[in-house]
Amino acid sequence: MSRYIFRRLVAMPLVLLGIVTLTFFASRLAGDPIVSIVGLRGAGNADTVAAARAKWGLDGSIIHQYLVYLSHLVRGDLGISITTRQSVVSDIARKLPATGELAIGAMLFGGVGGVLLGVLAAARKGRWVDSVIRGFAVAGASLPVFWTALVLLFFLYAKTGWLPGPGRLPARIDPPLHRTGMYTVDALLSGNFTLFRQTLMRLLLPSFVLGWALMGGVARTVRATVLDELHSDYVRTARSKGISERAVFIGHVLRNAMLPILTLLGLSFASLLTGAVLVENIFSWNGLGQYTVHAAQALDYPALYGTCMTGALIFLTANLVTDVLYGLVDPKVRLT
Amino acid sequence: MNTRLVAFRHALRRPQITFGVLVSLFWFLVVITVNLWAPYKAYEQTGVRLSPPSLHHLFGTDVLGRDVFSRVMYGSRQSIPIAVVVIVFAVLVGSVVGGISGYIGGRLDSFIMRITDVFISFPALLFAMVIAASLGRSSRSTMIAVSVTWWPFYARLVRGQVMSIRNREHIEAAVSIGAGTSRILRKHVLPLTMTPVMVNATSDFGFVVLVVSSLSFLGLGAKPPTPEWGTMVAEGSQNFYQWWLALTPGLAIVTIILGFNFLGDGVRDELDKRSATK
Repeated sequence: MSRYIFRRLVAMPLVLLGIVTLTFFASRLAGDPIVSIVGLRGAGNADTVAAARAKWGLDGSIIHQYLVYLSHLVRGDLGISITTRQSVVSDIARKLPATGELAIGAMLFGGVGGVLLGVLAAARKGRWVDSVIRGFAVAGASLPVFWTALVLLFFLYAKTGWLPGPGRLPARIDPPLHRTGMYTVDALLSGNFTLFRQTLMRLLLPSFVLGWALMGGVARTVRATVLDELHSDYVRTARSKGISERAVFIGHVLRNAMLPILTLLGLSFASLLTGAVLVENIFSWNGLGQYTVHAAQALDYPALYGTCMTGALIFLTANLVTDVLYGLVDPKVRLT
Repeated sequence: MNTRLVAFRHALRRPQITFGVLVSLFWFLVVITVNLWAPYKAYEQTGVRLSPPSLHHLFGTDVLGRDVFSRVMYGSRQSIPIAVVVIVFAVLVGSVVGGISGYIGGRLDSFIMRITDVFISFPALLFAMVIAASLGRSSRSTMIAVSVTWWPFYARLVRGQVMSIRNREHIEAAVSIGAGTSRILRKHVLPLTMTPVMVNATSDFGFVVLVVSSLSFLGLGAKPPTPEWGTMVAEGSQNFYQWWLALTPGLAIVTIILGFNFLGDGVRDELDKRSATK
């Protein structure tokens, strides 16, 4: 087990190196960052361009620039963002909690909501509740995130006012004292329950939109597993021993459904990251996703490489954790 | 031919497949013929601004008074051809790379698989954003960006298939009569991988349309005033209370994703059932 984890941890920097190389060269095939630094007007002035090239380390060959970037990267330096003029590492560190808060919300919707819906669908198999849940799952997997976000905002915010609009905070309200950077947690830690309620309400819709696809997938898996297992021999044995329905369900049936759910949650990180880029853009959620979009639009190369690498790192870690948990939950799986 | 016709009729009995066939036929017909029957041109200004949907303007009009229905229909000429190119490119490159990787095996195989690992351990949209951003905003750069990120999935799929076919007897026979590697791959191995690849490509089509429109929604694809669905949703979100502006192009994307997803799933079920009864 520990050897397996060690091997995977050794492979991770190699995959990351591959990703850095790919993004670096793919982004530089056509674009020259100098234009995004000095602007179109400045690009006509030879002195400005030469000075900016020297200042931003863009005067060598592309191979040279790549090696320089790598040597900085090894020391944990991701360079300076062209748009914010601050270090990319500190930018990312500042934006990450907002995305984390969103992702946790989406995971809760996906995991908890999905299990509940799946159990409900299995219990009402073939009835209308089952069909509605199936439709809900199909919709989650196939509706464009950016579109559902707008449609739900229109109905739940603009038309009815049931939920607050975009943004992490109400207008003219200061964020809570910075502890974790997640506003809901920080509000709770500083004992400000009004603010906690406000930030939680604002978190609700974006994390639901982000978690919808996941929720549908989990619900379908849970429904299938529950229906399979309910008629299996071990469930009959457990029942015949006089164990209550609830205990059979939680202790035996749901436990068997855990493995596929775990896989789904682990693999969902890629789509959560993708979705976060879109959802944050719509909900003016000042996190990593919005930072990435702005970096791409402004051709802010250092920021773009940084966010790509962060995304890949999160994804690889999630995969590793999933595999390890798999080994812990399922005694049949032996990681070598 | 006759048996194929029977199989086709049989398949149409699945409502999923019927729905999928109808939706895909509808959109491909729209792509080909939209200029013949669309009530307005894509850039034509009718003079009525921000009119809600009515009999005269089925999907209403936008800020510049353009007919949204016509623009959504013309929008199919952006996303659908791009998705076709992306899928064809991914299938071709994926088949060649995956075929060689799976058939030859050894070091070459592990080298190629490490490359696909890199692509797969990285959200496709992020990588596509990087490429699209550096190539500049246009439909063409979206097409290139998504194509570059899409083939590794097919390479993996084909490789897996090839590895299971590689040791069959007809391949051994071909090797023993001295057929070359490239000939064996082309004539005896790759044709057998085509069914799962095609089923996958069908379900995938809608998701390519989704990624393409997501890119343009984020301002990294076709520029306004191009009638591109993602771009139109983004423009519509600027006039939030005129709901029809963002709703209708989104619905077009939804029908395509659902249609091709149902079609792919239905065909997969049909093939599973047939291989089970054999």
